[in-house]
Amino acid sequence: MSGFTPASSMPVFVHRSRRGAELVLLILALVVGIGAYVAVGLGVQEKIPVDLLGYGAWLVVLLVAAHIGVRLMAPYADPVLLPLVAMLNGVGLAVIHRLDLALAEDADKFARQQLIWMTIGVVLFLITLFLVPDHRMLQRFTYTAGLAAVVMLILPMLPFIGKTINGARIWINLGPVSFQPGEVAKVLLVICFAGYLAVHRDALALAGRRFAGIDLPRARDLGPLLMMWAISLAILVLQRDLGSSLLFYGLFVVTLYVATERKGWIVVGGLLFAGGVFAALTLFSHVRVRVFTWLDPFKYYPVGDDGVTSSGQLVEGMFGMAWGGMIGRGFGSGEPWRIPYANSDFIIPAIGEELGLTALLALLLCYGLIVERGLRTAIVARDDFGKLLSVGLATSIALQTFVVVGGVTGLIPLTGLTTPFLSYGGSSLVANWVIIALLLRVSDQSRRPLPTAPSDEDLAAEETQIVKLDKGAMSK
Amino acid sequence: MSELTLFLIRVAYLAILWIFVLAALSVIRSDMFGARVTNASAGQPAAPPARGKAAPARAPKRGVPTHVAVTTGSNAGVTVPLSQAPIVIGRGSDAAIILDDDYASTRHARIAVSGDQWFVEDLGSTNGTYIGSVRINQPTAISLGTQVRIGKTILELRK
Repeated sequence: MSGFTPASSMPVFVHRSRRGAELVLLILALVVGIGAYVAVGLGVQEKIPVDLLGYGAWLVVLLVAAHIGVRLMAPYADPVLLPLVAMLNGVGLAVIHRLDLALAEDADKFARQQLIWMTIGVVLFLITLFLVPDHRMLQRFTYTAGLAAVVMLILPMLPFIGKTINGARIWINLGPVSFQPGEVAKVLLVICFAGYLAVHRDALALAGRRFAGIDLPRARDLGPLLMMWAISLAILVLQRDLGSSLLFYGLFVVTLYVATERKGWIVVGGLLFAGGVFAALTLFSHVRVRVFTWLDPFKYYPVGDDGVTSSGQLVEGMFGMAWGGMIGRGFGSGEPWRIPYANSDFIIPAIGEELGLTALLALLLCYGLIVERGLRTAIVARDDFGKLLSVGLATSIALQTFVVVGGVTGLIPLTGLTTPFLSYGGSSLVANWVIIALLLRVSDQSRRPLPTAPSDEDLAAEETQIVKLDKGAMSK
Repeated sequence: MSELTLFLIRVAYLAILWIFVLAALSVIRSDMFGARVTNASAGQPAAPPARGKAAPARAPKRGVPTHVAVTTGSNAGVTVPLSQAPIVIGRGSDAAIILDDDYASTRHARIAVSGDQWFVEDLGSTNGTYIGSVRINQPTAISLGTQVRIGKTILELRK
């Protein structure tokens, strides 16, 4: 018998571990995050914040813990993702703190809560890396994840634990805190889509009839997926959560397109989307309001002719960004508290006002890099499920950023979603940390050097044990 | 605090922000171009060069594999041409090699080609896929005669 005799001269990329580069970038990210906190203190209170040491130490401990966790559990993972996320989270914390100081009812109310959520996020990040040593084990939970996602989406509609905040029934009450289970459902749905399509993608792409230039898949292949998607969308529409509906729909179309490599899905997806928008416009008044205020925001500022419709939030955000200009007013010199919900959905205009376009471009570039690293992970991933999983996770961050930044800058109608990692909002922050953990896990698996088959001597040594054992068992 | 100080703080902060972004970009760049490229024919890159006794350079087997054969187990004798790759092995009816082996999963493993190197990949089976006594957890290169064990079944590539 022969062992591993490599016959090809195919070049093989051997990725280095790059944990050192990650550490350097993390230190820079900490400088950016803590620097923002100092700049806020100097700008708003004219002194270095008193709790700087405690706050800084807390951030350092969190990120060093995350870094050591990656070193131990995913040594070959992508070196850029964790620092990018750490930086965005740090800047977000500082800006939320700055808005807390302006509102001043209970100084640091939201920043403190956000720091607690970030701690939970990092802990869950580490737990995810620990519990998922190989991302392919998630494929076993394809249908479980789908079911769990639907349950998560239904939870807020149940009496007692469900809670309506700002017209959207997407919250559940967990004692002192509220939680948006939809954010968890997002991760579960990505796992479910990826798991289902990894198995059925050939059937979806190849089996079925061709109609009008588009390969129509068989109903039994597409059925389960379509049902899952319809259930989640129906729930979201009932809950009046436009942003999440958009996110889930986009995720569905993108994963389907990547899995089948059929451009027809984009066309079908686009047509269905147009139909959906038309239906929503005629059926729901709150959708109409969003579109009207997007088309002509200043007509409805501060309130429109009907005395109810208002684009105040959107227009205040635009004023803020316009006043900020290229390099912003500086922390403490702007008035970002004029924008309602400046610390969650509208954190981008708040940053634009005080740090200007220069900072916004840097932050948007960071989102671009996160998505690029996710898609790069998908390219080098060695299995279908890993590819689809990382595409789905990267797409979820890309779409979420696009929907919210596009909304506040007036590119698309405004829909409520949090800016990943920047905005105040625990559920979203925690879910996004888990997304990064999963991306790092796939990335670690795919960048790790290929294991080599045992050599002749090793096999010769093992042969006696293995083969004879089997033969013995069979002769019985 | 004076206007000038505040202005300097603002500019300094924006500079730090962009230094971070540029540093991240340069790491990505070095990651792209700095990856070591080895030739698979150079053998096992991770293995230390000296292993006690000097291993004689093995002459690569002549010829390329054309089919995969079950050598041991209740399906012994079954062969499937490699032209059908990727070949799914398992108990399920959609597998290319349907095993009658209680220790195999429905979709147990897959044999696929990349370049002219063949790989075997475990598809998340319950009992695992083994090369020698090593349970593989990633796509692993195999060549003519490498024995791949699935449950009580052993398969190998043949000319």
